[in-house]
Parts: sequence; C-alpha cells; structure tokens
Amino acid sequence: MCAICGCGTASRASEPGSAQPTGHDPHHAHLHDHHPHEHAGQTINFGEGRAGLHIGGMSQERVISIERDILAKNDAFAEVNRTRLRKAGVFALNLVSSPGSGKTALLVRTIDDLKDQYPIAVIEGDQQTSRDADRIRATGAQAVQVNTGKGCHLDAHMVGHALDHLSLGPGGLLFIENVGNLVCPAAFDLGEAHKVVVLSVTEGEDKPLKYPDMFAAADLMLLNKSDLLPHLEFDVGACLAAARQVNPLIQILTLSARTGEGLGSFYGWIEARAAAQMGTV
Amino acid sequence: MHELSLIESVVALVEDERRKQDFSRVRVIRLRLGALGHAEPEALRFCFDAVTSGTIADGARLEIEMVPGEGWCAGCRRTVPLDERFAACPICGNAGVRMTAGDELRVAEMEVE
Repeated sequence: MCAICGCGTASRASEPGSAQPTGHDPHHAHLHDHHPHEHAGQTINFGEGRAGLHIGGMSQERVISIERDILAKNDAFAEVNRTRLRKAGVFALNLVSSPGSGKTALLVRTIDDLKDQYPIAVIEGDQQTSRDADRIRATGAQAVQVNTGKGCHLDAHMVGHALDHLSLGPGGLLFIENVGNLVCPAAFDLGEAHKVVVLSVTEGEDKPLKYPDMFAAADLMLLNKSDLLPHLEFDVGACLAAARQVNPLIQILTLSARTGEGLGSFYGWIEARAAAQMGTV
Repeated sequence: MHELSLIESVVALVEDERRKQDFSRVRVIRLRLGALGHAEPEALRFCFDAVTSGTIADGARLEIEMVPGEGWCAGCRRTVPLDERFAACPICGNAGVRMTAGDELRVAEMEVE
C-alpha cells in the first residue's frame, strides 16, 4: 500500500492509459499518477508493490501529539464512497462471512431473481483469481474482481477504484462481496449502507460468540443453507441467541440460496432498506 | 492479518505529520489500543519493522498503551469494567452494557528528531 494516500498500487490489466480514478478525497487525487495502474480484464490487483518515500529536513528531538484514529484514512475514503453512492442513488451492501458460507451462490441466485427489478453490480473481493466475478458475470450483471493479494479484507480505497469501473444509475443495487474472512473485514468501512454477515448452518452455532466483531458490525445476518438443517445437529435457536447476545439490534433471516427458501424475506428487506435510503437523500 | 494494513495506515499518518512539521527521523510511535478492539498488539509488533522499513518511520520503536474495556450499565447507573465485548455487567449481571472504552485504535503521539 502506498504510504502517502493509502493506495494499494493497484494494477488492472486491460484498458491501458485509462482515466485517473475519481471519487477520492480531492487532496489525494494528484498523488495518484505515480501508481503504475496496469489494466487487465476486470481484475484489479492490490497485492503488489509499494511506493517509495523520501526523507528530508532536519530538526531536534521532540514529541508530537497526533491523536488520530488509525483507520482515519480508510474512513475518509469510505465517506467519499458513501456520498458518491448515495448521490448516484445506489444502495450498497457489504457481504461478509467465512470462506464457504455460500455468499457467491446467494448473490447469483439473488441477481437472477432481482435483475428485472433493479440494475445490479457486484464488486468481488478475493485474494486471487477472478472465478467469483466470472460466476457473477454469467448472470448478466456487471462485476469487478478486486484481488487483494496478501490482503485479508477489502478497504474503502480499493472499493473506490472498483467503483470507477462500474456504471450504476438511480435505483441500482451494489453488492460488495468481501474476502471470505470473519475477522478482518469487520474493521473496514467501505462506504456501504449495511454490512450483511452470512453464516451457514454447516458452521458452528457459536460462531457469533467466537467472532463477535463481525456480528457486532453487521445490521443483518443471513443464516444460509437451511435446506441442510435436517441432516445436521445445528441448534438454530442457540445460534440466533448467540448473534443477539453480541448485537441485540441485529436482524436475522434464515434462508437457502439453493432451494430459495426464505429469499423472499431477504428481497423484502433489500427493497425496504433501499427505499429508506432513497427517501433520505 | 489486517494488522499489516493497520501499520501501513500508521505510516500514512506519520507521513501526513511529516508534511506539516519538520523532522527527519521518528524515534518512537505510541499507539493507544483498546483491549476489546479489532487489533492484536502482538500482531502489530510482529509486522511493524517489516512494514516501516524504508519509510519515514524506519527504525522507530513501537509502544502500545492498552486501554481496558469499560461500559455503561443502565441497571447500576455506573461505568463497569468489561473483559469482553457485549459481556453482561460484572456487578448486577444485566446484559446490554453499552461499551464506552476499549475499542480504541489510535496513534497517540510520536517522538521525532
């Protein structure tokens, strides 16, 4: 990551010489032209390289009080993204979960069911490969793959870059599928309207207690793969109680992306929340 | 291992300061970290030297002040210690203690020359 603006020295491989990204904090924008943004397909790489820095000046020893939040830069980028999305009339969700909870399958099903109702785009975060974005594009929706390289989460700056490659008009839905990781993405605001945590019934019902940060940060929990419940010893009541213990305000829906059970409630939630956001712009 | 990018963000804040104030070397960086927060102090220390190498913070020492968790208990009407996020009140046993400290993730100050 560039230590000046937090830019991850992204490379994206097709469209060489494309326009500089927009949507950043204005005092950062001029610093971006030192980044070798290579362009290829719809994959943006943030796992490579770092910017060099120079040291100058001289002075005597002293203490400087800083008192700034370590995530201040990320949060500033997140606010830029949030403003940009709201002005464009786009409702954005940040989907977080462990690997294998069925986020991509849920998105594919959701897009198939809602694509006649909303323009939909997806930002896919993974350490490597564009496999998930390929699955999304097969539905006809726009998708940008962000590869984080060694990174374990998406940050707001990466999402800002990804937004430059998507066109979504008023009434659009943006799904950001975060890197499969129940720890790190909790701390990083991306500018989304809501974090949605997906937990599958093949995981332990005590996961909300073991990874409380993520469940505390989410507004909605989707308990996925409900079609497998008859084959498992998974205590749904205990799982919901665990989630409410770490986040008394969390909303919870039980569903199956495979059979479609419970998806209507999820779509209803999206419709109501998207309408609420539009009403406040 | 998001501690890596947290240290990168710390370096970015030091660089911000470098543009406002004149110094050539950072001797110490002091962080204030909530005990119930998102970052693990040992993981921050582990990656600090590698991440700061070659930056304005190269060679700096990392000091971490831990802030214990605290919350406001509506039942007791007082601030109570919390040893985990969303724990029940250790005095009256009520759930729903609102965390008031322990989530900090801040650069407090630095010594420069």
